[in-house]
Amino acid sequence: MVGRLPITALDRKLLRDLWEMRGQAVAIGAVMAAGVVMFVTYLSNFDSLQRTVDTYYERQRFADVFAMLKRAPLSLESDLRAIRGVSVVDTRVVADVTLDVPGLLEPATGRLISVPSRGRPLLNDVFLREGRWPEAGRPDEVLASEVFTEANRMAPGDSITAIINGRRRRLTIVGVALSPEYVFSIRPGEMIPDNRRFALLWMERRALASAFNMEGGFNDISLRVMAGVPVEEVIADVDRLLEPYGGLGAIPRRLQQSAWTLDNELVQLSTFGFIVPAIFLAVAAFVLNVALARALALQRPQLAALKALGYSNRELGWHYFKWALIIATLGSIAGVIVGTWLGAQMIELYNQYFRFPSLDYRLSPGVAATAVALGFVSAAIGAASAVSRAVRVPPAEAMRPESPARYRASIVETPRIQRSLGQGARMVIRNLERQPMRALASVVGIAFGGAILLVGFGFVDAMDVLIARQFNDGMRQDVTVTFVEPRSSSAIHGVAALPGVMSVEPMRAVPARLRAGARSRTLSLTGLEPDPDLNRVIDQEGRPRVLPPEGLVLSRMLGVVLGVGPGDVVHVEVLEGRRPVTPVRIAGIIDDIMGLQAYMDIDALGRLMREGRTVSGAYLQVDPAALEPLYARLKLTPAVAGVAIREAALTNFRDVMAQNMNLTIGINVVFAAIIAVGVVYNAARISLSERARELASLRVLGFTRGEISSILLGELAILTLLSLPCGTLIGYGLGQFIMTIFQNEVYRIPFIVTPATVAWGWLTIISAAALSALAVRRRLDRLDLVAVLKSRE
Amino acid sequence: MFTARGITKVYPMGEMEVHALRGVDFDLFPGEFVVLLGPSGSGKSTLLNILGGLDIPTSGHVVYRDHDLTTAGEAALTEYRREHVGFVFQFYNLIPSLTARENVALVTEITKHPMTPEEALALVGLGHRLDHFPAQLSGGEQQRVAIARAIAKRPDVLLCDEPTGALDITTGVVVLEAIEKVNRELGTATVVITHNAAIAGMAHRVVRLADGNIAGVVSNETRRGAREIEW
Ligand SMILES: Nc1ncnc2c1ncn2[C@@H]1O[C@H](COP(=O)(O)OP(=O)(O)OP(=O)(O)O)[C@@H](O)[C@H]1O
Ligand SMILES: [Mg+2]
Repeated sequence: MVGRLPITALDRKLLRDLWEMRGQAVAIGAVMAAGVVMFVTYLSNFDSLQRTVDTYYERQRFADVFAMLKRAPLSLESDLRAIRGVSVVDTRVVADVTLDVPGLLEPATGRLISVPSRGRPLLNDVFLREGRWPEAGRPDEVLASEVFTEANRMAPGDSITAIINGRRRRLTIVGVALSPEYVFSIRPGEMIPDNRRFALLWMERRALASAFNMEGGFNDISLRVMAGVPVEEVIADVDRLLEPYGGLGAIPRRLQQSAWTLDNELVQLSTFGFIVPAIFLAVAAFVLNVALARALALQRPQLAALKALGYSNRELGWHYFKWALIIATLGSIAGVIVGTWLGAQMIELYNQYFRFPSLDYRLSPGVAATAVALGFVSAAIGAASAVSRAVRVPPAEAMRPESPARYRASIVETPRIQRSLGQGARMVIRNLERQPMRALASVVGIAFGGAILLVGFGFVDAMDVLIARQFNDGMRQDVTVTFVEPRSSSAIHGVAALPGVMSVEPMRAVPARLRAGARSRTLSLTGLEPDPDLNRVIDQEGRPRVLPPEGLVLSRMLGVVLGVGPGDVVHVEVLEGRRPVTPVRIAGIIDDIMGLQAYMDIDALGRLMREGRTVSGAYLQVDPAALEPLYARLKLTPAVAGVAIREAALTNFRDVMAQNMNLTIGINVVFAAIIAVGVVYNAARISLSERARELASLRVLGFTRGEISSILLGELAILTLLSLPCGTLIGYGLGQFIMTIFQNEVYRIPFIVTPATVAWGWLTIISAAALSALAVRRRLDRLDLVAVLKSRE
Repeated sequence: MFTARGITKVYPMGEMEVHALRGVDFDLFPGEFVVLLGPSGSGKSTLLNILGGLDIPTSGHVVYRDHDLTTAGEAALTEYRREHVGFVFQFYNLIPSLTARENVALVTEITKHPMTPEEALALVGLGHRLDHFPAQLSGGEQQRVAIARAIAKRPDVLLCDEPTGALDITTGVVVLEAIEKVNRELGTATVVITHNAAIAGMAHRVVRLADGNIAGVVSNETRRGAREIEW
């Protein structure tokens, strides 16, 4: 009945051979699947996010240009509307206030945003998740951001207290809302969202305006720009219009905080989605190539016989190529399935970090198809050379007996060593020396497993470095206080007198636009004491930088953005006070870790501002026992706009990063282990098939199982040990490479591995090797002596 | 059918050269049964490989009907082997992962007018071992599968390198009968290499090789049947 099946004898051979080497096939397929999983996971997330973002922005009418200003009369609206290329103008009142949140000791920050008393916002429409809109004429009703209500377990009906101009005002949350402007919502000047302590509160415009003396005016605008009109031109016109009203510089959508963070994340995701799978698939192709080349070497006599029987190179090439394709098919399918599952898990993380009305996971057919195609391409690349080399065997070879392999005494065997080496050890060394390329291929293969593992573990180290730099070396103050308005430096004395304050350092933040030729960035210049103790300027190695008495110190990335370096001059357009415009030399560039920073000596900044020493905030070191009274006082100090707490930020950072990185690192580690096991197991299994005859002969001669195992496994042990340092080197290079690619405006994390990490990596590889060895040992023990010696192959 | 003229074959072996054939002229006529005799290393297998399109000579010409095998490319040689030649290898060269039937099917699937694998195996007396793998067969049985595989395509030429080397009398006779039958009934030109001079009695012609040269050709006036052979 077997004979009736519509399947050729050659295909049957294919299936049986594959079944025979199923362990290896699975190992290779798993490596391939790992690459496909990564690809599907990252790119499906990228795709889902991108789609969600696009529709969200579209539906909620996310603006194209944003600008803040001190105050302008409503009559300016028509002037804004008259700007060429502007189709919609929406003005608002936006104000940051201190919040007293029930159950929260420390003060929180609330951003009050006006919504029209009637109708919906023209731009940046709010999505109401739950509850209702504030009623007209009810100044105490607000919508609160979902992440905030979630973090504080609040619901419509609950209330919070805002400190507005020194007066406590009770606000009732009537609805929970989201906005395309705050997909990623963050307190100004911070890098990681603090959902418990930062709330967006939408309030009816009239009520908000009257609380901040903004009746008949506004301090925030959003614009829609017509398609085809250059945004830069619109921005220039807006800035010109807003200048007399204390405009803080208009920015395009791509630089808007939330959109910018999201963009950076998306770019990172898509880069990661290509680079990492590419590495995995390259390794898979390599392993496949080595495995197939060696498996085909074993099939040499069969190949020759088939050719003698009249099979053409093309037919045989295709036959063996199908081995690879079957492995690729199974690997890709498994990869897509697992990748889809993992992708759905990962989107949950994004749902924590970014907030959309709904973020649904979707695997597009395009991503799935590309993933499968990549699996096939890598398999094809891996198989091509091995197969084409193998089918070139001359058919006459079928007529000859196998000649004994040529061995010689190895170079390391001086007569003295030879005496001290056992017979087994001698065979191990000679075999390795006889086929150095084969040994090298195994070493490189295992080294790749080690390398990827190191990169995976290295990310954990990198996070520790990031935390150490940010929170131990740089931000050493317990509390950062920011003022509503810049104040004279005597305000520092007032802060120093607050309960529990042990030391204080001044800070001056100045909104400014840095311009270098055609490039510009709007940001906040930070004025610090030249060599502060609390908030220090540190580089990636954690070394503090002393600020020069004159000139700017920029993040390297900002230098890149502006296309400037040390000694160059940038034009600083201050967007506050007298709004001076001055050329300033760049005194230094710093390799820092987060954000785009521009630092200056606080006195130099004061001179640039043409004002005396002013401060816009202070860094505090606080007696931990006195935190409670300090917070209570800060909540009620009208001059204080915001309070940032190091401990809270650190906890928050750890939480977010832990969530975010655990999955990524988990994936990396699991897949690195797969590669390691895959490669080692393959190497061991092929050696076993290649040498089954020899080992069986030894058994017949009276060698014990232990003795022949040690010959084969000794070889494996040497290969594994050789691979360890190679893997560390490759991994280090790979890690540097990946981290360099991931340097963006948000993060620039150095790739640093500790000796402990290297040790863990080595340990994992050794365990993987031991596991494979065990599997092979079991096969060796079951070696059927008669069958092995009887068959020619 | 075959006309070979001035065939030499030199194998480079590092500094040395091995002259396997030193200018051999050989003819094979349709339906003829030729036995190649000669001491070990005399070049018998080398000559057979060249006739079978497995190898090309260093110099000289081999023409099969209207095919010039010495100038044929890889593809043409493959085509020639597939269409016209049946091989029985000195070492059985069965595919270990395929059963006896499947090993024969390997050939019947790619040729034009084959027997069924079952017929071919029945011819060599293995009709009852169809679904056994090579590892489950004795050396002689493996050899017979190899012969079944060679004759199943009803080749124009059957080239056998020591087909009975590993067999006892009874099975050897069965195998030789099969070869004889194919030669007689299908008119397949047959070349058999052997060390067993007794088998030479079956041939129309016996060609002796020695040290890469033809040492002598003898035509048998009367041929003996396979059954009459004594080992
Ligand atoms: N691939 C090869 N490389 C080098 N020398 C070879 C090769 N094949 C055959 N020879 C040499 O050519 C000579 C003829 O070999 P061949 O196999 O034709 O002998 P034979 O007559 O078939 O011997 P036997 O009866 O032992 O099978 C021998 O000396 C052999 O060593
Ligand atoms: Mg021979």
